[in-house]
Amino acid sequence: MSEQFEPKITAFVCNWCTYAGADLTGTSRIKYQPNVRVLRVPCTGRIDFMLIMKAFERGADGVMISGCHPNDCHYTSGNYHARRRWMVFRDLMDFMGIDTERVTFSWVSAAEGAKWGALVNEVTDKIRALGPNTEQKQLVGLGVE
Amino acid sequence: MESLKQKAKELLEAGEIKAVLGYARGTSDTRRPHVAMSALEVDKLVADQACTTNLANLLMKHEIKHLGKLAVVASRPSTLRSLLQLTAEHQVADGAILALVPAEGGVKQLGTAQAFEEHLALVPQKKTEKDQALLDRLKAMPRAERFAFWQKEFSRCMKCYACRNSCPMCYCERCTMDCNRPQWVPVPSHAVGNQEYHLVRAMHLAGRCVECGECGRACPVGIPVHLLTFFAEDSVRAQFGQGGGASATIDNALSTFRPDDKETFIR
Repeated sequence: MSEQFEPKITAFVCNWCTYAGADLTGTSRIKYQPNVRVLRVPCTGRIDFMLIMKAFERGADGVMISGCHPNDCHYTSGNYHARRRWMVFRDLMDFMGIDTERVTFSWVSAAEGAKWGALVNEVTDKIRALGPNTEQKQLVGLGVE
Repeated sequence: MESLKQKAKELLEAGEIKAVLGYARGTSDTRRPHVAMSALEVDKLVADQACTTNLANLLMKHEIKHLGKLAVVASRPSTLRSLLQLTAEHQVADGAILALVPAEGGVKQLGTAQAFEEHLALVPQKKTEKDQALLDRLKAMPRAERFAFWQKEFSRCMKCYACRNSCPMCYCERCTMDCNRPQWVPVPSHAVGNQEYHLVRAMHLAGRCVECGECGRACPVGIPVHLLTFFAEDSVRAQFGQGGGASATIDNALSTFRPDDKETFIR
């Protein structure tokens, strides 16, 4: 592998906070690395843990999950429910040996454009250092680039 | 055992129940579920250490539900825990099912969720030494080794869904596994689908598993699938202070929340 490995990162973000926050990153002219593919969902409560697994199955090297801060949910409690689900899901992933380092959970509000930019950069650097998600890719038979 | 038969006959004769769901002799030393609707059938009932099936699973089946008011032989505490959890999830009405618990020198008849809870307080829930040892060994492993362990186990999985079908808490009429628009989990028993299937099963049971271990016993190729749900249950209990099968009145841990839930990983 002569070229540097460029990770693919899938981000599931909520419509009301992080998506608007990511928009603010752009309108504020803050640059961040282009490895992230942002997918907008209505609420973090909508993010089924299977979406994370599907992202890995389709070749993502890292996944980001982001939504409104606690108490700021547009639907009052979607993020609280999501938080509980992640707390268990993350434990279970680790127990099954799936790398939890590749999944980043965060709260990014619509005003935190700078936080989103910095976070994407940090996650991209981390995943680049971790390398391709060989374990999951080999399961699918995708092979490793 | 005689007192159990006696009690069952009395209840049937008095018309209090329509049938008794219990165990009868199966092939060789095994025991199989048995529905007794008459005194003659009651005589076939057996209650001993070999009765391992969690009968609560059958209570959710249409053909059993249609029989009318039932008494279930609960020689295993997990049957009572299942009933409590099913009551909490509004699948069984409180008081709709009688439990006959074989006890020393007789049989205990329990009719309400409160009675189940009181009885369960006397028999503490504990994992078997073998399960606990494997759980501890897995937790102590480096992550990559644990991944290899489960992949090796799952490689034997042929997606027969015996673990799902034997589970008293997997009563959904339409399971995610049967859903093909979208097809969440690939149907063939391939590494990806196997991993996803077992993850889905464990997540859907987190906070609801009554730790009867029926899934692990049902597995024809001996994958310790029950450890996944046991682990999820431990995680829920440690983080939210509640678990499956403890009470007929509390909400499932993952369908409720507390604003001050503490985690360490959200940025």
